[in-house]
Amino acid sequence: MTDIAQPLTTADGKPLKSALLRAQSRARRRAFLLVLPLLAFILITFVFPIGQMLYKSVYNEGFTWQEDVTTGERTPIMTNLAAWFDANPPGTEPDEAAYAALAADLVVLRELKAPGQAGTRINYEISGSRSMFTKAARSAEKLEPPYKEALLELDKDWGNPDLWQAMRGASSSYTLNFYLAAIDRERNASGDIVMVPENRQVYVKLFTRTLTLSLLITFLTFVLAYPIAHLLATLPLRHSNLLMILVLLPFWTSLLVRTTSWMVLLQSQGVVNDALVGMGLLGDENRLQMMYNRTGTVIAMTHILLPFMVLPLYSVMRLINPSYVRAARSLGATSWTAFRRIYFPQTVPGIGAGALLVFILAVGYYITPALVGGADGQLISNLIAFHMQKSLNWSLAAALAALLLAGVLALYWLYDKLVGIDNLKLG
Amino acid sequence: MALPKHASTLERVWHYTYLVICVAIFIFLIAPILVIIPLSFNAEPYFTFSDKMLRFDPEGYSMRWYDLLLTFGMQDPEAPRDGSWWADAWANAQWIQATKNSIIIGFFSTVLATTLGTIAALGLSRSEMPGRRAIMAILISPMIVPIIITATGLFFFYSSIRIQDWGVPYLGIILAHATLGIPFVIITVTATLVGFDHSLTRAAANLGADPVTTFLRVQMPLILPGVISGALFAFVTSFDEVVVVLFVGGLDEQTIPRQMWNGIREQISPAILSVATILVIISIALLTVVELLRRRSEKLRGMSPG
Repeated sequence: MTDIAQPLTTADGKPLKSALLRAQSRARRRAFLLVLPLLAFILITFVFPIGQMLYKSVYNEGFTWQEDVTTGERTPIMTNLAAWFDANPPGTEPDEAAYAALAADLVVLRELKAPGQAGTRINYEISGSRSMFTKAARSAEKLEPPYKEALLELDKDWGNPDLWQAMRGASSSYTLNFYLAAIDRERNASGDIVMVPENRQVYVKLFTRTLTLSLLITFLTFVLAYPIAHLLATLPLRHSNLLMILVLLPFWTSLLVRTTSWMVLLQSQGVVNDALVGMGLLGDENRLQMMYNRTGTVIAMTHILLPFMVLPLYSVMRLINPSYVRAARSLGATSWTAFRRIYFPQTVPGIGAGALLVFILAVGYYITPALVGGADGQLISNLIAFHMQKSLNWSLAAALAALLLAGVLALYWLYDKLVGIDNLKLG
Repeated sequence: MALPKHASTLERVWHYTYLVICVAIFIFLIAPILVIIPLSFNAEPYFTFSDKMLRFDPEGYSMRWYDLLLTFGMQDPEAPRDGSWWADAWANAQWIQATKNSIIIGFFSTVLATTLGTIAALGLSRSEMPGRRAIMAILISPMIVPIIITATGLFFFYSSIRIQDWGVPYLGIILAHATLGIPFVIITVTATLVGFDHSLTRAAANLGADPVTTFLRVQMPLILPGVISGALFAFVTSFDEVVVVLFVGGLDEQTIPRQMWNGIREQISPAILSVATILVIISIALLTVVELLRRRSEKLRGMSPG
């Protein structure tokens, strides 16, 4: 009886409890050490670069610092103007002191050969202002007081209150203005947040289009995937394995190849139109325009994302016990009722998993819309690429990317909660 | 799915309609991939079946686009096709250069992704792994995050560390492609490890094997099919990736998808279709290998299909 009162010990006399704890923590450490190299790799080559990019969406030094490309030496610019902005609250009418500060800064810009950089930063918000900076900097040294008149004589737009508001925003490296721009907002002359004029409202429209097209594509993949997933799940394995190859082959085929084939099929001189004309269903002069527009994007993306819907549906459907439906039938349900009340509810987890996955992938799609989308089939990713490569407004690209990323990560979190990442399967 | 004898007429009609619908969907899935194969043998520079092709007239078909793939970029494509012609093609033909680059990048990124991914999967499949769910979510995220965001981030990252000055060719693309391939390796290898019987490793340890020997002699042979399919997934991901290459690749770092991308955007010619055909054949081969591996793995784990 006395033995029980004493703590259990291991062979070498240590208390069993602490020995077990130590063994467990050693096992935990060992498991973690196995994962550590990969985790470090992903953090360095993936998480950190994305974080660095997100930082660019709130940090832009185009109007605050100049960096010499060869020496790497950094010089603050627009310091006089920044001091004036600090001293005067938003909405203050720019006075002679403000213009004098601007003129002094323009001289510095000229010496540093940086008027283009500062002008570009303002140009993101007020188009056409880049040339004002380069022009004014060229004649900056010759400017005489009163500076207000002198500058206005160079270009009367220097008096534009919106320009002064844009310079105020840019005079600090940290700004949320790019996020405002990404949702079609801006600050007016007195510093309030307002919608941009109608003809410049693009981003909200594009976000809406991305969401609606993704929803449409998700719905279409569901409609197409459900019947064949059901067929695959109910056929004997020998046959379904063969048919499964028809689903997996597109999955394994290069994305560019699949997009190319749709271009070939959907062109106005392509296979589908030729077949329709050949069958007499369509006159030669009114061939369908299915490419370089929204239709092309939707058709091609539905095809490309279809396997991602079929596979989760299939794995759920295969586990559904057929005797439930049989029981419903024998109790007098029609086949439709049995499907609606018994079979369909059991497939909902598969539908959820497939729909979330397809939607997540569709929202961020780039290649297919870029190639077959034309002007009105572009998605938000294409606009990010445009700002990265063409307009070179990297901070705006980063802000748009941050909004897209936030949406995708929220959906990813939802997917993990509802489905579990462990249940992600590839064929 | 056989229809029972007592099925009503309506059920019969619906059953056959359903089968027709399924066949139509399968055609939708597979036809776009197969249709480019005959079109790549078109003798005319069009993207549709010419009358001659439809009549199966041999004149309607030709190998000219495959020939163009080989000669495009060569210094002297008209020379007689002897040893020096082939040497010229090997050294200068653009598609051959792109193939070489794609294979080099794909090989190294696959090795990196598979090694790191397999080791990590071993840790992740242990029940005592701390923070398993969160870490798994981070490791799978490269597959979920839109590619344009990854490419943009890497563009800034690589220019801030000046990776092109390090003197290692393709380094940036290889690291990026390894990152993109890792989720596939993790998913396939952890899926194989789910059915793994851990008493085998304990038995090995009990018989005196150290952890490395246990891994190499007991665990590895059993999870090998999963590792190989993961590696194939990673390779295909790299082999097909174009956006990161466009953003961070140097001018001389042409790969097959990049060359295709340029070809599609600029002057789409049936030569693209012949590349596409070759890629389709490669993917059929890869799919076959993965299917065989999957069956082998199921057999090893006693889950043989019927």
